[in-house]
Amino acid sequence: MFQFESFDAFVAMAGHGPYVWAAYGVSLAIMAWLAVLPLRRQRALFTELRQRVQAQQQRGEGK
Amino acid sequence: MWQWFHKLGSPRWFYDISGKFLPWLALASVVLIVTGVVWGLAFAPQDARQGNSFRIIYIHVPASFLALAGYYVMAAAGAVGMIWKMKLADMVMIAAAPLGAALTFIALFTGAIWGKPTWGTYWIWDARITSMLVLLFLYIGIIALSRSFSTRETSARACAILALVGTVNIPIIYKSVDWWYTLHQPATIKLTGAPSMHPDMFKPLLVMILGFYCFYALVLLLNTRTEILQRERRTNWVKELAAGK
Amino acid sequence: MTSLSGAFFAVIQRDLAIAMRHRGDLLNPLFFFLIVVTLVPLGISPEPARLAAIAPGMIWISALLATLLALDNLFQADFDDGSLVQLMLSPQPLWLLVLAKIIAHWLVTGLPVVLFSPLLGLMLSLPQAGFLPLLLGLVLGTAMFSLMGAVGAALTVALHKGSVLLSLLVMPLYVPVLIFGTSAVQRAVDGMNYGGVMAMLAAVTAFSLLLAPFAAAGALKVGING
Repeated sequence: MFQFESFDAFVAMAGHGPYVWAAYGVSLAIMAWLAVLPLRRQRALFTELRQRVQAQQQRGEGK
Repeated sequence: MWQWFHKLGSPRWFYDISGKFLPWLALASVVLIVTGVVWGLAFAPQDARQGNSFRIIYIHVPASFLALAGYYVMAAAGAVGMIWKMKLADMVMIAAAPLGAALTFIALFTGAIWGKPTWGTYWIWDARITSMLVLLFLYIGIIALSRSFSTRETSARACAILALVGTVNIPIIYKSVDWWYTLHQPATIKLTGAPSMHPDMFKPLLVMILGFYCFYALVLLLNTRTEILQRERRTNWVKELAAGK
Repeated sequence: MTSLSGAFFAVIQRDLAIAMRHRGDLLNPLFFFLIVVTLVPLGISPEPARLAAIAPGMIWISALLATLLALDNLFQADFDDGSLVQLMLSPQPLWLLVLAKIIAHWLVTGLPVVLFSPLLGLMLSLPQAGFLPLLLGLVLGTAMFSLMGAVGAALTVALHKGSVLLSLLVMPLYVPVLIFGTSAVQRAVDGMNYGGVMAMLAAVTAFSLLLAPFAAAGALKVGING
């Protein structure tokens, strides 16, 4: 059952709103970042490896 | 059995097989955490004494659980890597360190915010908070050490030793901090301890704990896979993988 | 057996002889200890009552920092001139030789700090009853600092920039000793029995004695061979 009378009451949380929302917001943001970081690293590594292979091929064709 | 063990030690095999688990783990952690957050924020009853600030427990407790469990995961992986010279275990250990440190930070941060409406101050030297802080320092030590070596192999071995030394010391540290706290417990601040949990409060907590476990496994796998790719970047299978993307 | 103990004492003797040749280095941690304790009244208050209240903790923290400062030297010089590798190649078990080095190191850094501490107790108006537990506790505590510190020193020896990193690695491990050490002094000052706390401190030190030589030997092998 929804514990609050209105959406405004839900946001305000009887005065505890800022604390609760800050705790949830920061924690979930850190967790999202934890999950995204390795994916971005992988993508960067793949791009780097691809570029290296391409550079090698170009050098091979130039000869 | 040994063949299986050998296979598990092969980074490439692990990369392939873990790729199949990833979507399911990601789905499970998102569903569980979203359910838990909505349930905890909107539908769980508020605590009689602490009011709505009590809702922070749904982040704080799972994060604290995994912060400590994560150190043991790291040390166990380090031990396996050291005893059986298993490369994969080394990579898991390196992958676990920043994840554990981040969860420890979340536990400390939510604890501090929770403290303000509950005790009237962001920080008190409570036994559990102090132990968490020491745990964060242990994690930071591991991360700092892992970044100072030039080769990944040496770095993993060194971190494994430090993690094992830290692990056998953690119970001593925790016990001593507990004892220290009972000695100095300020009379003005009475800790209520864990609020007596009504089942309606406890169910979302259980969902969140499960969700955090899935999330931990997910990020540990992701970090390990990244570590595998970086270490094996010169091998053909990684190059082919990169070309295929 | 004789060759084992022979090698053990040879290492201690050698390290002590080297330390005696660099007496200036020996005094540095002591001066550091003295200066930190001098800063306390300047930073907080010269009032004897207030100083007495914080004396146990301040002396312990300064002693911790002073021994931490000296940890760097445990393996560094030997690593730089190559004698550490010689030591590792010798047929004796490495942990035994590491233990010998730790003992020698404690004799030239930990022990002077212990012997110096009553003077600092006087300067911080530590009550009479606190002196004996302070001395006893510091003997055990500085030994633990040297033992666990050796693990950190071994891990960072090949890095050449280890000193800050080293402090970061070992300080969390020092928490129990600091807690038991200061509360033993505090209990004595308050007229309570401090035997139990001292026993816990001794237990932590004994545990480190069992653990640290092996961990430090393992760390040396990793850091240098790897």
